[in-house]
Amino acid sequence: MDKNKLLELKKKASEARRLLIKMLTEAGSGHTAGPLGMADIFVSLYFHLLKHNPKDPLWKDRDRLVLSNGHICPIQYTCLAMANYFPIEELKTLRKINSRLQGHPHRNSLPGIETTSGPLGEGLSQAIGVTLAGILDKKNYRTYCIASDGEHQEGNHWEAVMFAGKNKLNNLTMIVDRNNIQITGNTENVMPLEPLKEKYITFNWSVFEIDGNNIEEIINTLENIQNHIDKPLAIIAKTIPGKGVSFMENDYLWHGKAPNKEEANQALKELADQ
Amino acid sequence: MLNQNLKLNPEIFDENVEKAPTRDGFGKGILELGKEDKNVVCLSADLSESTRNEEFAKKFPDRYFECGVAEQNMAAIAAGLAVSGKIPFISSYSVFSPGKNWETIRTTIIYNNANVKIAGHHAGIVTGQDGVTHQATEDIASVRAWPNVNIICPCDSIEAKKATIYSGQNQGPFYLRFSREKTPIITTNETKFDFNKIQIFWESQNPKVAIFATGHMVYQALVAADELKKENIEVLVANITTLKPIDEQTIVKLAKKCGKVVTCEDHQTEGGLGGIIAEILAREFPSPMEFIGLKNTFAESGTANELMNKYGLDKNSIKTAVKKLIQK
Repeated sequence: MDKNKLLELKKKASEARRLLIKMLTEAGSGHTAGPLGMADIFVSLYFHLLKHNPKDPLWKDRDRLVLSNGHICPIQYTCLAMANYFPIEELKTLRKINSRLQGHPHRNSLPGIETTSGPLGEGLSQAIGVTLAGILDKKNYRTYCIASDGEHQEGNHWEAVMFAGKNKLNNLTMIVDRNNIQITGNTENVMPLEPLKEKYITFNWSVFEIDGNNIEEIINTLENIQNHIDKPLAIIAKTIPGKGVSFMENDYLWHGKAPNKEEANQALKELADQ
Repeated sequence: MLNQNLKLNPEIFDENVEKAPTRDGFGKGILELGKEDKNVVCLSADLSESTRNEEFAKKFPDRYFECGVAEQNMAAIAAGLAVSGKIPFISSYSVFSPGKNWETIRTTIIYNNANVKIAGHHAGIVTGQDGVTHQATEDIASVRAWPNVNIICPCDSIEAKKATIYSGQNQGPFYLRFSREKTPIITTNETKFDFNKIQIFWESQNPKVAIFATGHMVYQALVAADELKKENIEVLVANITTLKPIDEQTIVKLAKKCGKVVTCEDHQTEGGLGGIIAEILAREFPSPMEFIGLKNTFAESGTANELMNKYGLDKNSIKTAVKKLIQK
């Protein structure tokens, strides 16, 4: 891809991470590791891959992004603000009373949020509904669903995987945040998911594994594949939870907590150089 | 006597009164909606025949989605369809939907304010021989605490069709409660369907007890009222089709008029219609009450009539309750 474009996206991802640390510190609670790990994917989507219009959030032909693991919403809120869906200043209201930025995303609260999520395993089903509506209305939009690896332990998710495979929903892309952590620890210790790729293949999906922190690879893979398949597409994106902040990376204890001021200063120093 | 203004079935008290399951009315309702509006879609979880989705599926195959035995998936797919402008009806047995998928519905349909209609079939002990696992008797209690949900429990098949059509033509989440067993036809096509207005089906000059009934229990209440009349006991019977939003004004008015109240439902009395009426009257007009319904117990396998008799959901139990109140 174009070098200047790539540089611009990398800068945006770095900016998003700094905004994330600031908003989570201000909120005093929330999830840090997942959003930092997924920053490169969200930036690639909102600033390159998605067809969308912040001035007309309900534009009928827009691509849809359904966030299934609602707890990583701080990175979605950050990208929506950076894309001018609402003022950047509002990020400081995350999780506070009278805010549009709910602890887990609520469709009717904030422009750009396609649906409500938080309880795990429900996003892919909702994305399927959005996809089916597009088919009935003869629209060409693509539906993206972002799901965590831990939520693959929910039965509902596999009900949805089965449905999409059976119905060959080839305008549906699911990106799995394969960061190997969940609240209690490492996913493979809590409840093993591997072999994950093979599971999807068996359920009649096309599957690709990528480095989810490499913007060039994210974009090239999605652009090259997703219009040339006749099955739903699963992208297993290997990401580093807490990416960009040395003392957070790969530490499951950062799954569900926010940095204090001291930790935030340290994190921002590290992120300033990236 | 029967309220003549409502054009109710004049043969209601005949021994051979026509019967049909309320689920049949649902099937006719979705078919009519499907013809009217191409945004109406139906989803079922491997129960298309018994939830009366088959005709819709045949007529509109592109708008029917078979979800397999996966009620959570069905509910959340419907939410996705609804936020994209469709009007989905999801069907299964009430025990499974909104039972098994309760939280999925809470999050993706109710809190999301998605325009989904939840059709819960096989409600009540009249489900019969399948037994307790398939008899939904806590569904009203478990969904009515949701903000923003509309709940309709039609008294017969004709009203069920009208309620289905009403829900499809009006925005917002609805829970529609249907039963499997054939039950007597109480209303006619000419009877007006009034969504959030309670209708008085049986009136008396000087009623001493107001009977509030929902679903097929309205028939038991009417038969009880007719028999009580022969014993010179005057009551009135109100059909509570819409359980939420509830017509509070009429409930209070009728309680004031009669002074005593009996509630009748094929459901646990805790949290069901009995609970609804008691909550209102405790605040507005505390009244002596009797509750007809399941009382802190599950039922069992058996025919509908056997179960209604054994668990006190029949006309005789209603008559006894009325007499008990009058003697107080």
